[in-house]
Amino acid sequence: MLQSFLSYMNSTVTPGEAGNYIWATIYILVIFAMISLCVIIMNWGERKALAHFQIRLGPMRVGPHGLLQPFADAIKLMTKEDIMPAQADKLAYWMAPYVVLVAVFTTYTVIPFGRTHAVTDMNIGIMFILGVASLEVLGIVLAGWASNSHYPLLGSLRSSAQMVSYEVAMGLTVISAIMMTSLNETGVGTLSMIGIVLAQYEQGAWFIFKFFPLGLIAFAIFAIAMVAETNRAPFDLPEAESELVAGFHTEYSGFRWSLFMLGEYAAMIAVSSVATTLWLGGWMRPFPNWLAGPTWDFIFSLFPAITFLILAGLTFYNVARMPKHPAFKIQTAGLAVFGALLGFIGLVFLIPAVRVRIFDIYWFMIKVAIFMYLYIWYRATWPRYRFDQLMKVGWKVLLPTALGVLILTAVVGVLR
Amino acid sequence: MSNSSFYETDVQRQDGTFLDANELVLNMGPQHPSTHGVLRVVLKLDGEKVLGLDCVIGYLHRGVEKIAEHRTYAQFAPYVDRMDYVAAVSNGLGYCLAVEKLIGVQAPPRAEYIRVIITELQRIASHDVWLGTHVLDVGAITPLFYTFRDREEILKIFEKYCGARLTTHAFRIGGCQYETYEGFEKDVKKFCDFVEPKIDEYEELLTGNRIWIDRTKNVGVLKGKDCIELGVTGPVLRAAGVKWDLRKAQPYSGYEKFDFEIPVGTNGDTYDRYLVRIAEMRQSVKILRQAIEGIPEGPIMAKVPKVLKPPVGEVYVSIEAPKGELGYFIVSDGSTRPYRVRVRPPSFVNLQALDKMCRGALVADVVAVIGTLDIVLGEVDR
Repeated sequence: MLQSFLSYMNSTVTPGEAGNYIWATIYILVIFAMISLCVIIMNWGERKALAHFQIRLGPMRVGPHGLLQPFADAIKLMTKEDIMPAQADKLAYWMAPYVVLVAVFTTYTVIPFGRTHAVTDMNIGIMFILGVASLEVLGIVLAGWASNSHYPLLGSLRSSAQMVSYEVAMGLTVISAIMMTSLNETGVGTLSMIGIVLAQYEQGAWFIFKFFPLGLIAFAIFAIAMVAETNRAPFDLPEAESELVAGFHTEYSGFRWSLFMLGEYAAMIAVSSVATTLWLGGWMRPFPNWLAGPTWDFIFSLFPAITFLILAGLTFYNVARMPKHPAFKIQTAGLAVFGALLGFIGLVFLIPAVRVRIFDIYWFMIKVAIFMYLYIWYRATWPRYRFDQLMKVGWKVLLPTALGVLILTAVVGVLR
Repeated sequence: MSNSSFYETDVQRQDGTFLDANELVLNMGPQHPSTHGVLRVVLKLDGEKVLGLDCVIGYLHRGVEKIAEHRTYAQFAPYVDRMDYVAAVSNGLGYCLAVEKLIGVQAPPRAEYIRVIITELQRIASHDVWLGTHVLDVGAITPLFYTFRDREEILKIFEKYCGARLTTHAFRIGGCQYETYEGFEKDVKKFCDFVEPKIDEYEELLTGNRIWIDRTKNVGVLKGKDCIELGVTGPVLRAAGVKWDLRKAQPYSGYEKFDFEIPVGTNGDTYDRYLVRIAEMRQSVKILRQAIEGIPEGPIMAKVPKVLKPPVGEVYVSIEAPKGELGYFIVSDGSTRPYRVRVRPPSFVNLQALDKMCRGALVADVVAVIGTLDIVLGEVDR
C-alpha cells in the first residue's frame, strides 16, 4: 500500500488512469478543500473588488483589510437558525442544496489542473461535465418548488428556462472546440479533457486563436453562456434581488443557504475551468512551443514562487502601512503572520521537486482567476437583463452564431 | 384603491370555483427590496406577465395634514419636511410660499435667491437618489454609490447652511432664517464644477448601455394625454412631450429671472424619463450658476407679525418639486392655526399611473416603473 502511495509520486498520468485509488481519494479531498478555499478567497476578493469599483473600502474590520470576514460569515451562517417553512415540501427542501452541491462538485472529477492533477481522465470528459453540470438546475427547480412560495417559484422557473436555453449555445461551441481537436494526422478528435489540452499543445495554438476569428467567436459565446449558466450578473435573473427578493433561495437560511452559495461559486470556477481547458490551453504555460526548452521551462516554473513572494511583499508593505495605534497591534501581527505564510509558500515552491509538480496548477488557476475577475467586473458594470430579452439573446443571437461558427469551423477544417 | 375581488387568492373562490390555473397573485411588499419603502403592490400575473396590479398604501401614514390643524402656521413648517424626505427643502418652500400668499407677504429678493439656490441643490440631490435607486432596481449596483457620493456634497452645503442634512427646515415664512455662511458662494460654485463631469459619468455608464436601453425603452409608456388625464406631473409628464414646468408656467420665488430650458422627451417611456431627469440636473446646475452670480445684497426676512393670524380665506400654491407639482391648499378661519391643510403630493398622484403603465409588462418592468415614477412613500402616505 505504501508502495503504491510512493510510486505515484513520479507518475505521469492521473491517479484514475493509474488505478491508484488512494491517490484518487486524496485528490478528491484536496480538490474539495481547495475549491472551498477558493470560494472563500473569491468571496473576499469579490467584496473587495466590488467595493473598490463602488468607491467603498469593503470589509475592513474583521482582521486586517477584512481578511477574516469570510470566516466570520461562515461561522455566522453555521450558527444561524435553519428555517424550514411550515408549508414546505420537507424532503425536497432538504435535498435541494445537496443536489446543487453534488452536481457541481462532481464535475471536478475530470477537470485537469495539470497533466497528472485530475482525479481521473475520462474519454468522454467534456460530455460528462456538460451532463452533470446541467443537473444543477434540478436542485434549483427543486428549491423553488419545495419552498412553496411565490418568489422562489418564479425564480426557479426563470432559472430552468435560462439554463436550458443557454446550454444549447454552450454545447454547440463545445462541439466546435472538439472538432478542432481532430485536426491532426490521424483525424481523430477527443472528448477527454486532458486530450483537448494536449491537442492544443500538438497543434501549437490555443483554440481561442485557432481559425481566427472563429475560435475567438466560439470562445466569446461560451464565455457569455457560462455567465448565464451560473446565474451571475447580468444574467442573475433567478436570484434578481430587486425583483424576486432572492429568487429560488428566498426561504433558505443559515447553513443550507451557504450550501447554495458554495455551489454557485464552485459552479463559476467549474465553468471557468472548462473554458480554460477548451480555449485557453488548460494547464499549459504561455508559449510552450515558441519559448520551448529547459531554460524557458525553468523560468516559467519560477512564476508560482514569484507570485507568492510578491504577495508576501505586498502584505509586508501593508504591515508597514497599518496604523501605529496600539489597538491595531494584533491585526498588524496577524497580517505579518499571513505575509510570512505566503512567503513560506513561495519559498516551498522554489524547491525543484515541488516546482515541477506545481507549476501547471498555477497556470491553470491564473487563467481561471481572470474569469473570476471578469465575473466581478460584469456584476459591477451592467444592469440586469429582462427575462424575455435574455431568451432573445440566447435563442436569436447566441444560438445562430454558435451554429454558424460550428459550420464554418467544419468547412475550414475540411478544406485545410 | 383596492377592490375586494382582487384579493381572492389563487386557491379557491368563495363560491367554490377555482381561479384560472394560469393566474398567480403575487404580493410585492410592503417589505420588498425595490418598492422604495413600504409600498405594497398586489400583482396578478400570468407567468411573468402582469395582468393587473393594485397599490396598497398607508403603511407610512402619519396624519401630517391633521397635525397641521393643531399647530400654528410656523409650528407646522418642520412637519412638511417629513413628507418627501429626499427633497425636504422643496416641501418647505411650497408651504412657506402658500402661507406667505395667505398673509400677503413677499420674501425679499436675497431670500428668494437663497431659496432658489437651496431648492435647485435639493433637486439635484433628489434626482441623484432617484437615479441611484432606479438603476439599482434595474440591476446595476454601482451607480448608486456614485450618486450618493455626489449627493453627499450637497448635504454638506446644507449642513453648513442650516445645520441639518435631510430634514432641513431651511426656510421660514417670510424669507429665510439664516444668512448664507462665509464661503457659501464658493462652495456652490465648486459643487457646480464638481457635479457636471459626474453627470457625464452617469451617462457614460448608462445612456449608451445596450442592456440599459433594452430594459428602459418602451417600458412603462405613458403618453401625454394619459398623463394629463391622470394628473401626472413633473418629469413623467415632460418625458411624454408635454412642456409643463411650473417654474416657467407660473413662476414663483423669482424663477422668471433665470434663463433655463425645460427638457422634454418624446415617447414617454422609462428611457425618456431618465434622459429628462438627467437633463434637468444639468439645467439645475445652469440655474445655480446664474443665481450665485446674481445674488443681491439685502435683508433675508420680510416683515412678518410675531403671531400669524391670516385673514379668513383659502389659498392654493403649487411649486415644481423634483417629483412634480407639489401643491398646498390652506384654509384659514382667522385663528392662529390653519383650519385645513391639504397637500397635493406629486408622488401620490404619479403613483396612480402605475397600473396603466404596467399592464402587459413583466415583473421586472414593474420594478423599473416604480423606480422611474420616483415615488417617496413618506409623501404618498403623508
